[in-house]
Amino acid sequence: MSTWLSGRDVARLLRAHLPDAVEEEADDCLAVYPGALLDTCRHLQRELAIDYLNNLTAVDYLDYIEVVYHLSSLERNHLLTIKVRCYDREHAEVPSLTPLWQGADLQEREVYDLFGVVFAGHPNLKRLLMWEGFLGHPLRKDFVMPPFPQPPGSPVRKRGEELGLD
Amino acid sequence: MASTSGVPAAQAGLPFSQAGEPVLVNIGPQHPSTHGVLRLRALLDGEVIIDLEPVFGYLHSSMEKLAELRTYTQAITLTDRMDYLAAMSNNLAACLAIEKLADIPVPERALYLRLIMVELQRIASHCMFLGTYPNECGAWSTPWMYSFRDREKILDMFEMCCGQRLTYNYIRPGGVAQDVPPEFAIALRVFLKDMPSRVAEYEELLVENEILIARSKHIGILSREQAINASASGPVLRGSGVLWDIRKADPYLIYDRYDFDVPVGEIGDCWDRFWVRMEEIKESLRILQQCFEEFVELPPGPYRTPVDWVFHPPAGREIYSRIESPRGELGYYLVSDGGANPYRFRVRGPSQINLTALKDMTVGHKVADAIAILGSIDIVMGEVDR
Repeated sequence: MSTWLSGRDVARLLRAHLPDAVEEEADDCLAVYPGALLDTCRHLQRELAIDYLNNLTAVDYLDYIEVVYHLSSLERNHLLTIKVRCYDREHAEVPSLTPLWQGADLQEREVYDLFGVVFAGHPNLKRLLMWEGFLGHPLRKDFVMPPFPQPPGSPVRKRGEELGLD
Repeated sequence: MASTSGVPAAQAGLPFSQAGEPVLVNIGPQHPSTHGVLRLRALLDGEVIIDLEPVFGYLHSSMEKLAELRTYTQAITLTDRMDYLAAMSNNLAACLAIEKLADIPVPERALYLRLIMVELQRIASHCMFLGTYPNECGAWSTPWMYSFRDREKILDMFEMCCGQRLTYNYIRPGGVAQDVPPEFAIALRVFLKDMPSRVAEYEELLVENEILIARSKHIGILSREQAINASASGPVLRGSGVLWDIRKADPYLIYDRYDFDVPVGEIGDCWDRFWVRMEEIKESLRILQQCFEEFVELPPGPYRTPVDWVFHPPAGREIYSRIESPRGELGYYLVSDGGANPYRFRVRGPSQINLTALKDMTVGHKVADAIAILGSIDIVMGEVDR
């Protein structure tokens, strides 16, 4: 059975080496400052044998955009959640993890595409799923959905026109 | 002019007059071997690939966004359409995550039904691979006809349970949609009796096939370190010699009660990935044999915990849950804000992330090998683009 590492234990381990890295610690996760992300991950690779990037994604909490990393160790069979928060929505920027894990490549491009988070140092940062020239980032909570195409004269269309959606 | 040794002329230090001029070729998005609409931008020196970039998004239907606008139960139907060759696995992964998020218990009978469905699905998905992969290596349609014969049997069984052959929506939060009909057990018994001899037939047809060996041995080698670094999972990771199966490492359902082995490749070439899938069919049959013996003895009981159609998991809770789908680690990351629909619904599609290492596998090989390498990763574009 895989074990989830406690964010508090990992924070204690990190503090000895990187005193200013940890932003917030909880039982199930650990938030670090963007500037300390690469050093944190290098340290975890050495100390906790973290060698595998399971999942990289982001969540938009409106106050900030949180980039979430699920890391694990295939050797010791444990997992860890690390978060990085970007408070500046317009210029959200996080260092890229591609120097450490090639597996971050496509996932970072997807987050850049759908959330608009720039990954500094990514070798090929461009949209992954949406087309070049698409405006906006669809998974942000303030993204306005375009009206669903309805045939002219349909009740839904009329309602949309009343609301000024079309 | 391409050099014969497999090394591009320009890199082999030949004079400019003999070195080929690189040509950019778009393979796809409409191409029979791309399993959907995948485009490969390949830079060629003669016939040798010197750079390659997968381009996708042609099938993007923003399922993560759609799921955020629907209730948890409605979102299950979307997961069917992601990996449509392993829809049961997608249903299961989503349901396990939702159940952890909302503390929904699952009755014993449903655990058995789920395990039977998911392992049958793994066999069906690998049968599809056994059909398409030799197809891409030059065996036109014959293996396909063989493997579809057995895939049909499994789809017939799924049809008995839920009326569908491709998108099942059978596994639901709290259990399964309905109990299996009596004829299901009969069909499964016949299948489990017949299938081992069918697998032996495939082995005879494919494993010692000279053409298949010539087309896949030492082609597209992914080393152990590279596979881990590129977050590869499933048969791609195991083909590279990493003993890692989530059914063993982080058991879900009732896998820890059964005895099975994890096949592992040696050098990580196309052949190893092919062989791992072949062996996995046998291991799935072993699990099914053991599970079925217990299942037929099981007294009738509830197959689903009654759950409201609309339920509200506690606010602020988040979960990352993963299963071993036929293609690799299928993870669901869900965040709840206490509402009826997920605040964030992230799917870690193994097909997409296995493509990360495609460039490293193909550079230095010929175009025809690139198709074989892509086939050996076994992608489903519905899951890549979501």
